[in-house]
Amino acid sequence: MAETIQLHFDVPGDDFTRAGEASGQTKRTLKKIGFSSDTIRRVSIAMYEGEINMVIHAGGGVIDVEIAPDRIEMWLRDKGPGIPDVELAMQEGYSTAPDNVRSLGFGAGMGLPNIKKYTDDMKIDTEIGVGTTVYMAVQNH
Amino acid sequence: MTVKDIREILKAEVICCADHLDTEVHTACGSDMMSDVLAFVKDQSVLLTGLINPQVVRTAEMMDMRCIVFVRGKVPDESVVQLAQDREIVLMKTPYRMFTACGLLYDNGLRGGCDI
Repeated sequence: MAETIQLHFDVPGDDFTRAGEASGQTKRTLKKIGFSSDTIRRVSIAMYEGEINMVIHAGGGVIDVEIAPDRIEMWLRDKGPGIPDVELAMQEGYSTAPDNVRSLGFGAGMGLPNIKKYTDDMKIDTEIGVGTTVYMAVQNH
Repeated sequence: MTVKDIREILKAEVICCADHLDTEVHTACGSDMMSDVLAFVKDQSVLLTGLINPQVVRTAEMMDMRCIVFVRGKVPDESVVQLAQDREIVLMKTPYRMFTACGLLYDNGLRGGCDI
């Protein structure tokens, strides 16, 4: 691939069952292009955790993905309540997810730590009452 | 071990993708917490779980898992089965509970894929 490929997704906030559609579609696109399974998995997991977070905490949002041969970048933007203490949110095991989300297998406080673990770059811009943008990037090794 | 072997060992019933029973599997993971699966699992091809929501299939998809076993005879609804079918992930249900199902597979040589 010579050019950069861009993907855009609207993530609905009212349907938890659909959370993961954008990540799944991105994964299939990367597979079709021919990225290594390690790169694909790291992008998929990080984006999936971010997508789940958007639905749980922020009522959905939009995701933009930019795929270049050496780097895959993602911007997850929401208009949710914002994160009051980013450092605390980054700690493994810290979660503010409601019980109904936990019963679905999420809300263990692993989302943001997992994103950090699988990406090469991660940045969180958040403002209370305005929203959050999570930027993440995976280098293709 | 193949997915077919897992079916025999766990006295399981295949729910979908029966045409993929010959798939080779080397490691497995048992969990009801999908974030834990996403955090700690590497190259594991079978997921045993008591959850039956669509996120189980999506988690398996992200992890390149080939087979999901629902313990305690649980059956997901049609939309979940359809999702697994589209992703070519074998779904099956076993009457065994989580601990016993994992123990039986371990006893037959399937491992967790982690060092500890």
